Amino acid sequence: MGLAKRIIPCLDVDRGRVVKGVKFVEIRDAGDPVEIARRYDQEGADEITFLDITASSDDRETMVHVVEQVASEVFIPLTVGGGIRTLDDVRRMLNAGADKVSINTAAIARPEFVREAAERFGNQCIVVAIDAKAVHQSGEPPRWEIFTHGGRRPTGIDAVEWARRMNAYGAGEILLTSMDRDGTKRGFDLELTRAISEAVSIPVIASGGVGTLDHLADGVLLGKADAVLAASIFHFAEYTIEQAKRHMQARGIEVRL
Amino acid sequence: MTSIAIIDYGMGNLRSVAKALEHVAPQARVLVTQNRHDILQADRVVFPGQGSIRDCMRELARWNLMDVVRDAALGKPFLGLCLGPQALLDFSEENDGVDGLGVLPGRVVRFADPRDPTTGERLKVPHMGWNQVRQAGNHPLWRGIPQDSRFYFVHSYYSRPADETLVVGWTYYGIEFASAIARDNIFAVQFHPEKSAQAGLRLLANFANWNP
Repeated sequence: MGLAKRIIPCLDVDRGRVVKGVKFVEIRDAGDPVEIARRYDQEGADEITFLDITASSDDRETMVHVVEQVASEVFIPLTVGGGIRTLDDVRRMLNAGADKVSINTAAIARPEFVREAAERFGNQCIVVAIDAKAVHQSGEPPRWEIFTHGGRRPTGIDAVEWARRMNAYGAGEILLTSMDRDGTKRGFDLELTRAISEAVSIPVIASGGVGTLDHLADGVLLGKADAVLAASIFHFAEYTIEQAKRHMQARGIEVRL
Repeated sequence: MTSIAIIDYGMGNLRSVAKALEHVAPQARVLVTQNRHDILQADRVVFPGQGSIRDCMRELARWNLMDVVRDAALGKPFLGLCLGPQALLDFSEENDGVDGLGVLPGRVVRFADPRDPTTGERLKVPHMGWNQVRQAGNHPLWRGIPQDSRFYFVHSYYSRPADETLVVGWTYYGIEFASAIARDNIFAVQFHPEKSAQAGLRLLANFANWNP
């Protein structure tokens, strides 16, 4: 008996609407973030992550309204990522009802931003998102680097070192995405996940590549992740969150049911 | 109509707490306030907290709310959340040692290298996520909440009350710690009921109707 491993559905939000399609039988409007969040809550999601993929900063205010609406009706933790660049961005999201913000590019541009945000708002609400890609040749010891711009731009930063550094700067959690696996449905990069999880003292959320329920369980059992994040397997109603939890439980993982 | 004051002293987002209370107690008047008069007048008081204990105590002092919080804790239904219960104790070892309000006897200590009892693996700190609360006794705030229900936690420090009879909820994370403490009109929890789905909402509803 103890802490449950978490399942976190992730929703991409563009100008206030959930994109990439979400199919639930009873949902009338598949793009409404409030309706979708409510549904995930009913299915037993442990948290919900919103990724604001809006390109224009003019539309960022829309995300604040989305968070406000969701937070008035859905009483589980909410994380917002995408475009969080300043302390003011963090404050606005938290005030709107987000429990955590996820910082990615801004941390790479200026790592001190993570320290400042953690000091100001508490490390419990600062998630650092790491997008990593394998850079070793076959036969070499494994090595991953941080990439930006959706995995197109290398930074030369070693992913494990970076995770340790962000831990030291006050991040409360790491959201780790394998850019090699993202969208492939081949499962998490378990070696990467395990390397990062063992390198830090804070929780790690595995992301990128989930195609089956076994992938979720593997992320925890083999990747040593504290939480698993997935998008498409839940969006397209391939599996419900409850099915995912039952499956994880059957493989010996403690979950909240 | 009952009025519930959520004490706002600049420590984190209280919107979720207010929304959750409004959701479960639509007839109640819920105020998020740092106004001494409002807090003194309210029928019920919620004392939340986030971030570090040093900042929490400093902000309480800066807003001139120390005595108001103490008074409320001694006189009316009082719900401490997250850092709230820690601030009620005598002393916290966070930030090289900070004195608390001393309403309840005890100390606040850090999770020191917690381990999974079966695998021996290191457990992560902060303790983040859904963990079980084993209810001790039949406190009215547990009414309708099944034994061992899960609540949402995020914290690196935990309360160690001097008097274990004050503990009304225990949680296991490498060690057994007090996740809920109560005395008379005070109920204080380490977890976030406002983020704990049905179990949390039920606890808040019970608080809104509690007449100790």
